[in-house]
Amino acid sequence: MAKLAPGAGAFIVACMLWPHAGYAATDDVAALRAEIEALKADYTSRVQALEARIKQLESAVATAQPAAAAAAPAAPGTPGAVGTAVASAVAPPALPQAVPGAAPGKSSSATAFNPAISMILTGNYASLSQDPATYRVAGFIPPPAGEGPGERSFNLDESELTVSSNVDPYFFANVTAAIQGDNSIDIEEAYFKTLALNRGFTIKGGRFFSATGYLNEVHSHNWDFADQPLVYQVFFGGQLAQDGAQLRWIAPTDYFIELGAEAGSGRSFPGSHRNLNSLASDALFAHLGGDAGDSTSWRLGVSWLDARSTDRAYGDVDQFGAPVSDAFTGTSRTWILDGTLKWAPHGDPTQHLFKLQGEYLHRTEDGQLAFDITGQNLAGAYRSSQSGWYVQAVYGFMPRWRAGLRYDAMQSGTPRIGLVDAGLLPSTAFPSLEPASPRRATLMLDWSLSEFSRLRAQYAWDEARATETDRQLLLQYIFAIGAHGAHKF
Amino acid sequence: MSKLIRGLLALASLALCLGAAPAQAAIRVLATTPDWAALLVELGGDKVNVYTATSAFQDVHRVDAKPSLVARARTADLIVATGADLEIGWMPVLLQDSGNTKVQPGAPGYFEAAPLVHLLEVPAAVDRAMGDIHPLGNPHVTLDPRNIAIIARALAARLALVDPANAAFYAARGEDFQRRWQQASVRWETQAAPLKGVGVVVIHRDQAYLCNWLGLKELAAIEPKPGVPPSAGYLVELVTRLTATPPRLILRNAYNDPKAADWLAERIHVPVVLLPYSVGGTPQAKDLFGLFDDTINRLLAALK
Repeated sequence: MAKLAPGAGAFIVACMLWPHAGYAATDDVAALRAEIEALKADYTSRVQALEARIKQLESAVATAQPAAAAAAPAAPGTPGAVGTAVASAVAPPALPQAVPGAAPGKSSSATAFNPAISMILTGNYASLSQDPATYRVAGFIPPPAGEGPGERSFNLDESELTVSSNVDPYFFANVTAAIQGDNSIDIEEAYFKTLALNRGFTIKGGRFFSATGYLNEVHSHNWDFADQPLVYQVFFGGQLAQDGAQLRWIAPTDYFIELGAEAGSGRSFPGSHRNLNSLASDALFAHLGGDAGDSTSWRLGVSWLDARSTDRAYGDVDQFGAPVSDAFTGTSRTWILDGTLKWAPHGDPTQHLFKLQGEYLHRTEDGQLAFDITGQNLAGAYRSSQSGWYVQAVYGFMPRWRAGLRYDAMQSGTPRIGLVDAGLLPSTAFPSLEPASPRRATLMLDWSLSEFSRLRAQYAWDEARATETDRQLLLQYIFAIGAHGAHKF
Repeated sequence: MSKLIRGLLALASLALCLGAAPAQAAIRVLATTPDWAALLVELGGDKVNVYTATSAFQDVHRVDAKPSLVARARTADLIVATGADLEIGWMPVLLQDSGNTKVQPGAPGYFEAAPLVHLLEVPAAVDRAMGDIHPLGNPHVTLDPRNIAIIARALAARLALVDPANAAFYAARGEDFQRRWQQASVRWETQAAPLKGVGVVVIHRDQAYLCNWLGLKELAAIEPKPGVPPSAGYLVELVTRLTATPPRLILRNAYNDPKAADWLAERIHVPVVLLPYSVGGTPQAKDLFGLFDDTINRLLAALK
């Protein structure tokens, strides 16, 4: 695996250089240049002819259309745009987009380049039958955060601020900051993305949600349920954000075929901060998608994530019930299979829609587990093979209303703990790792008065804890203001 | 690990082979609506390979950037969109994810129709409390043949730019189309003369250009605000208002839900006219000429 990191870097650099390398490799540059000159002359004459005819026709239309002509200049920008476009066909830089017939409110050039800004407000009311402070998905090393349904009663959830814009002809930049209810700010994503690589390649760099799995890239306000599936909570602490780089390539085919690789620092769970120069979170993913008729579209994916951690600490209690800090050092490998299917009559989701989605994740962790790192500090080998899956279906049964059902299940398996196998500690010294099969069933109903507001009620029977069932009622609101959001698949 | 990389490389090369298959003869165009696809066929004939992102039964605004569309944007030589924010939910995603510099805004391979024509209903101020209003103006520009003529001219020029080898072909077809379109427009305007001043009720404000062209009088919209479905109270108020000044027709597009229009028709005893709205919306609207023929025929038939 260590080989992949420099390999991935070299691949990314090679891809960046590819277009230039392609031109340099041409043998007969002079002949090509002559050909281009000939073409240029040819275009110029043709375009002049076309321009002349456009002007001619335009004046004809202007007289035939006095009403429209009186209210606006006839087809502004057309001849100019075509003229510049010819220049750009010869020398790549962009031509200005034809200016709209009327652009209200664009009087100041100082604000004309302001980025798109949007803000998402979310909050909820939670009624939980069990104390959320003791929430833990049984059988698994817990993530540092992201587990459980949150606190009781009214909660201000995250307020998500997104600012995005093209930087120049080569890059797009996006920052998404989540201002949390407890007044802290998380930078969820802050990335640049290439626009000019061509041939289906894009590179993203900075902090971004990993493209492993389907749900990992989806921001919380676009989830179909108020919370993440258990398996995402336990394996990724909710969502896996990479600090690193991602390369994607889309095949030139009618089917959607996408291949990608990521290299990251591994700072976020299941990795940990390591104080090393090397990369510690590598991912590969492949997506295949298409349509089946005019009503159905689908996507399948397979992903692989390799994350390394050093002293990834978590809290537990020992065999006497006293709190201890344990820590894992080693490698965490996760395989993900995901599938999504969307249906709407003729592809129009206004009246009815159906969405079926499921993911299976399997993780092996291999390394050392240290017990009571601030006290006895005993360490031994550790190996686990664990899995989890969810399936969810959402049905839009009438305009604005959707109902959903989700089922979550996880298998902790029985991890091999060296300290226990060697007889140094009883298995009760690691109560978090006692084998368990957490389950959860969730019902959801949401009502979207417009594209920008959503009110949701969700009820879950959560059997993630070792013993009791947690009955969770969540009432949630989501409001989007500002720039229009993207309709991602 | 190395096995995995080898596997991925094998998959990548397989994908490349699959992708290399289509012939290079025709340029690949992604059209966002069936109307632009029909116009491309008029202007480009067999020199263009057109893929249509939506059908006449879809609200073009409410489309996801689904995998099939990303794949088409990736291989497109030209994207023909309406613009004026109609495709704002999904076109930026397609363009960004495509990894295709040919079709980025500003490049010759990205064409927007709406900015070329005079847009109606440009709001003086915008606020989402007004519903789904479009800051740049009403983007449903196709149902006025004068707009089609302007857009066709620019699109023919753009085809020539994207595919210069066939520039003369596009110019000739463009000219032929303009001639036939001009004749048809005269015919439609003559036929539609009785429609002038006729009061109508629309569902969404997407018939604005048709009404403006034919002189139909838009007395009310079933949506109280664009994109906002009517409440029971609003419908009752509408019935009262329209009983006092009754319209002659209620217009419904192929993609609209019939319920609200039928409900209103029953109360105020006015016929509902189903209009194709887009090419493919009715069996008769096979192409752009059929779209206007059928629209006018249906309006005239309902008036009798």
